[in-house]
Amino acid sequence: MKLLLKNVNLLNPHQKLNQANTNILIEDGIIKQIGKIDEKELKDCKVFELDGKYVVPGLFDMHVHLREPGREDEETVVTGCNSAANGGFTGIACMPNTEPAIDSAEVVSFIKKEAANHLVDVYPVGAASVGRKGEVLSPMAELKDAGVVAFSDDGVAIKTSSILKRSLEYAKMLDLPIIEHCEDETLAGGSMNESLNSTLLGLTPIPSVAEDLIVMRDILMAEYTNAKVHIAHISTKRSVEMVREAKRRGIKVTAEVTPHHFVLTDDAVKTYDPNVKMNPPLRTKSDVDEIISGLKDGTIDCIASDHAPHSIEEKEMEFEYAPNGIIGLETQVGLTLTELYHKKVLSLESLIEKLSINPRKILNLPMPKIEIGELANLTILDIDLIWTVDKSKFLSKSINTPFDKKLLTGKYVGVINKKKMFFEGQFTEI
Amino acid sequence: MALSNRHLLGLKDVPKEDIQLILDTATTFREILERPIKKVPTLQGKTVVNLFYESSTRTRISFELAEKRLSADSINFGISGSSVSKGESLKDTVKNIEAMKVDMIVVRHSAAGVPLMLTKISEANVINAGDGIHEHPTQALLDMYSIREKLGKIAGLKICIVGDVAHSRVALSNIYGLKTMGVKVSVCGPSTMIPRYLNELGVEVIHDIDEAIQENDVLNVLRIQLERKAREYFPSIREYSRYFGIDKQRLEKNGKDILILHPGPINRGVELSSDVADGNSQIILQQVTNGVAIRMAVLYLLGTLN
Repeated sequence: MKLLLKNVNLLNPHQKLNQANTNILIEDGIIKQIGKIDEKELKDCKVFELDGKYVVPGLFDMHVHLREPGREDEETVVTGCNSAANGGFTGIACMPNTEPAIDSAEVVSFIKKEAANHLVDVYPVGAASVGRKGEVLSPMAELKDAGVVAFSDDGVAIKTSSILKRSLEYAKMLDLPIIEHCEDETLAGGSMNESLNSTLLGLTPIPSVAEDLIVMRDILMAEYTNAKVHIAHISTKRSVEMVREAKRRGIKVTAEVTPHHFVLTDDAVKTYDPNVKMNPPLRTKSDVDEIISGLKDGTIDCIASDHAPHSIEEKEMEFEYAPNGIIGLETQVGLTLTELYHKKVLSLESLIEKLSINPRKILNLPMPKIEIGELANLTILDIDLIWTVDKSKFLSKSINTPFDKKLLTGKYVGVINKKKMFFEGQFTEI
Repeated sequence: MALSNRHLLGLKDVPKEDIQLILDTATTFREILERPIKKVPTLQGKTVVNLFYESSTRTRISFELAEKRLSADSINFGISGSSVSKGESLKDTVKNIEAMKVDMIVVRHSAAGVPLMLTKISEANVINAGDGIHEHPTQALLDMYSIREKLGKIAGLKICIVGDVAHSRVALSNIYGLKTMGVKVSVCGPSTMIPRYLNELGVEVIHDIDEAIQENDVLNVLRIQLERKAREYFPSIREYSRYFGIDKQRLEKNGKDILILHPGPINRGVELSSDVADGNSQIILQQVTNGVAIRMAVLYLLGTLN
């Protein structure tokens, strides 16, 4: 099948490609021509009049909770992939805090098998320790052979410094990064950021230093072992400052931030809406300001959703008892374009780096190219489309979002990958 | 005169006029409580549910008595533990109660924010009888009432809240209410028991109990929670009572007559010695009586709003 993406702007900072007002011809999922398309090619070709929309390398979200195996009522591999496609992503990395955890080759194979026929590439992250308990190293080499792209005990930090040290050393041998959820467990357990708001709301506080301590530990250990550590969902001012300093010193540390940590502050908790309860918690304006600086100066490498589906009955609860986390795949591109691009924080190039290129670099994944002969792994963006978030239209199995009914500017139009296309709510083989 | 809000969730945004109205109305009811027949027909035909998700003896009895004195039909709905252990969600429980056509809900819950949540689920007037470590507005109102009764005024006084401020719902409601009424509020306790950002509320933080006695007209002494979790915040009961406890000797040393309030139940020998507790028993027990009058006033004012 032939597809023509007509009148598009090509943008791929990785290839230093920035070509306005051109065309791409895709045949059987492969990019066949770019630029002026031969008349004869147009026969039996499905033409998309795209009128100045952007074609970028397929977006990638490196922090997704698919919930399968274990909580299929909240999300499955397939519904999570549908949600990713409906957010403009062609690839995701899924976190190991499933039940059972992704700590055996069998679970990795199961997830890969479930995702095999989907447009969205799924790369599992293996547990760093067996059962994510922080006691015994997981079979990391075997997990790598089965297809994991990183290790993490996400949900919690790697429990002890000794297990962290060995995880880093072992992962370094395998040339894979450790992804850390940075939180000192002895300071954890509260339900919102420690601030004046936590006092006013009477909610048990989580101090920002709980994150900072583990970020500091992890940076020091990455330096000592010369291994790669990736800081997941960074949320505090001090943590951003420490990552910046560590990078300056050449330590192999990278970091991601979620849209909610640069869009919202803990003022949002005043409603006691459990859909603003997450871990790390929403922080203060000064934390958000530092995150914005970190995004600008490259301290923060990428944007990831921490997509965390929860059932309605679990989330619709007393704030203190509700589980942490919100879904994010289907709002991430809109929030990022609205808050970072349209507010002139980041250029479109640097936004594509953070949403597509850098996560793949961190995980050593093949980089999609917009080039003749390459597999078409593309996201089409309408950066000026004004739309309203409607959780009832989500393809995720869950609806726990604080962004319902929010007006956003910028949305994906379609995605193409693995000889499949997702356009106007439909998956088709191409 | 009527209240400006149809719920009493806390004292945070309650205007001075409303507090004044509640205190004045309570004076009328306080007088009724001294009569041989202590009942008025004011809320006849109104149904009040006391929804207590956390065990409470005195607050529940106080509300129940207030409801009965006003001739309301009251129902006690006590659930130990949270909705999590119960199996039924809070929302379902409240929807079920609402289906029984109740007019007012008095709620006590271990999780902050539940009273606010109820106002979104139910049409009833909601009265917060204590939510987590957030607010306990009727306690603060009865404290203010007792102070006014004893000292003849509230505005211009200097009042210090003593003890575990961080884990107290009484403290926050008192801070809001007293500040609204023109009181200079301070808190005194071990630094681990004072919320980190409390000074941003315009409250002075001190750690010397003698200074607190010297500088203030009233001490509102909080109960130290003796269960395990709260115990992690101070070294020992011995050390607490030695540095923050109030006994007769300490009061004599400071040579000062000071009004001491306590929301009860008192840990004798911890925050207050027995001689101080008993010496002050008149006011501390008056607080209990005043509690009924204050709750009658709140129930009456909310129950008769259009």
